[in-house]
Amino acid sequence: MTNLELRIMTFEEIKSKLKDLTVGIAGAGGLGSNCAVALARVGVGKIIISDFDIVYESNLNRQYFFKDQIGLRKVDALKENIKRINPDVEIVDNYIKLDENNIIEIYKDCDVIVEAFDLAEMKKMLIETCLTELPDKPVVVGIGMAGFGESNSISFRQSENLYICGDEKSEVSDENPPLAPRVGIVANMQANAVLEILLS
Amino acid sequence: MEITLNNRPESINKDQISVSELLKVKNYTFKMLVIKVNGKLIKKDAYSSYIINNSDDVTVLHLVSGG
Repeated sequence: MTNLELRIMTFEEIKSKLKDLTVGIAGAGGLGSNCAVALARVGVGKIIISDFDIVYESNLNRQYFFKDQIGLRKVDALKENIKRINPDVEIVDNYIKLDENNIIEIYKDCDVIVEAFDLAEMKKMLIETCLTELPDKPVVVGIGMAGFGESNSISFRQSENLYICGDEKSEVSDENPPLAPRVGIVANMQANAVLEILLS
Repeated sequence: MEITLNNRPESINKDQISVSELLKVKNYTFKMLVIKVNGKLIKKDAYSSYIINNSDDVTVLHLVSGG
């Protein structure tokens, strides 16, 4: 299906197609929380979110949580926020640290998997696990979004079932922190790739 | 030989090349990489033994932290 054909779907048609589909999101930080909210707004039927962390004040510069949610489990806080936006979305939340084994168990029935970790070694673990154990599953990854400005450095490319969003080079550090705008761009780019996959 | 590297055509001045040689030639010095050849994942311990041939499709993904 071409982009032109995608564009002529009405929102009702889009919603009716999305409501029977499931998206798995691995991580509920800057990428995962924003990506999940975008997908919930357009009406993805079921979202499976896993994360083992709680909300810290330092997360609020980019993650879809509120000040009065500090201390809550991210999966619980995100579920609550999504329910306020679109109560029709079914949220399956796992308060768990993902690894090579539980990723397959948790995400094997999803239509698409979104990689939304912060650490490079976790990103690598998820990509390698999916390429090896779930080779037919589309995986959308977010790589490189630190700092601010340079919007044109952020891009999208596809390598078979692997969809890559980000600048693929800027690494987060104390001098190059992750901030809402660029993290949000990549998170929404991931959500956009998910829609393209699900609606074709 | 001609290969595809990250969706772009790339000329290599050899008939075949190992994954580690390619990384050297292209100056990929990063530690955290995911490499696919013709859609197949190549694990780190196979970089020196896995041979890339003419017309192969190679994806090199450099992983950085942030999210």
